[in-house]
Amino acid sequence: MRSGRRLAVLASRVRFEEKQIMAALDRRGATSVHLDPRSLVVADGVSRTDFVLNREVGHYRALYAASALESAGATVLNSAAATHVSGDKWLTTSALLAAGLPTPRTALAMTPEAAVDALDQIGYPAVVKPLVGSWGRLVTALPDRPTATAVLEHVAALPSPQQHVVYVQELVEKADRDIRVLVVGGEALGATYRRGDEWRTNVARGAVSTRCDLTDVHTKLAVAAADAVGAEIAGVDLLEDADGHLTVLEVNDRVEFRGFQDAHEIDVADAIASYVLRRAGA
Amino acid sequence: MQKVMNAPECPECAAPVSIDADARVSEIVECLDCRSELEISSVTPPSLTLAPEVEEDWGE
Repeated sequence: MRSGRRLAVLASRVRFEEKQIMAALDRRGATSVHLDPRSLVVADGVSRTDFVLNREVGHYRALYAASALESAGATVLNSAAATHVSGDKWLTTSALLAAGLPTPRTALAMTPEAAVDALDQIGYPAVVKPLVGSWGRLVTALPDRPTATAVLEHVAALPSPQQHVVYVQELVEKADRDIRVLVVGGEALGATYRRGDEWRTNVARGAVSTRCDLTDVHTKLAVAAADAVGAEIAGVDLLEDADGHLTVLEVNDRVEFRGFQDAHEIDVADAIASYVLRRAGA
Repeated sequence: MQKVMNAPECPECAAPVSIDADARVSEIVECLDCRSELEISSVTPPSLTLAPEVEEDWGE
């Protein structure tokens, strides 16, 4: 690292991933500190760190901490802009479309009532997702119009105005799996299948990761998707439909990789640590 | 993994909780007696607090 530059790992919750990354930085002889955003204050444009790896689990804390640290002159990885886009499902869809990448048919309705019309255009089965959130939480399958109408009545009763802006998407008929590609610094490290007992194939919902042979198509799509949202470190989720066509579902900017690492012999934490040190000028 | 000798008490049920020798502050561990999710608030000396509840915007 360039003389005097201070490196920090931003995380309120040190999970398997954060612990592995910190250990990898230690092994590489880097001097880094753990920065807990729960006690972080950035005032008067002064940051105590110069380079920050953002591993904060809470989206809003990750976003505003990154923005504040950047405003104080720090470099944050991923950037606040990348967290802003990849942490919001509509902004991600918009970025993927702008980049010409395949993604499921999606509509954004400004009210729950308008979402019923949007679903008529998309067709059933469909899915409604919160704009911000992860691990498949509150993602709801809509097999038909009566179900959609009832679910959207519940959405209308939610307290936040943001929750009344409704993101609906076609439900891609797929195998019982999706594909997670891990991208670090513009390179795909590998891929895993994620299979679960239910239609939401999130590891947080009990899905299991198994090794997937990375193809050129996986690589090209995942690297382009990460680039589209501005993420240098990303977990890109791909869906393969019944005809074998791949679409990009989402990009995770503070990617969890325990399942990936268990399925591969790749030391993901070390790959991230190596890239962080390279970017920080080590 | 080597465990620390002086296991701190679970703040929920007071059972001793083993933590790894390479534990870090803010790391999450589980009490094997009451299954509470705990956060390591200090390593030297080792101490634990109840881990925060999962919030709506948590994820990856």
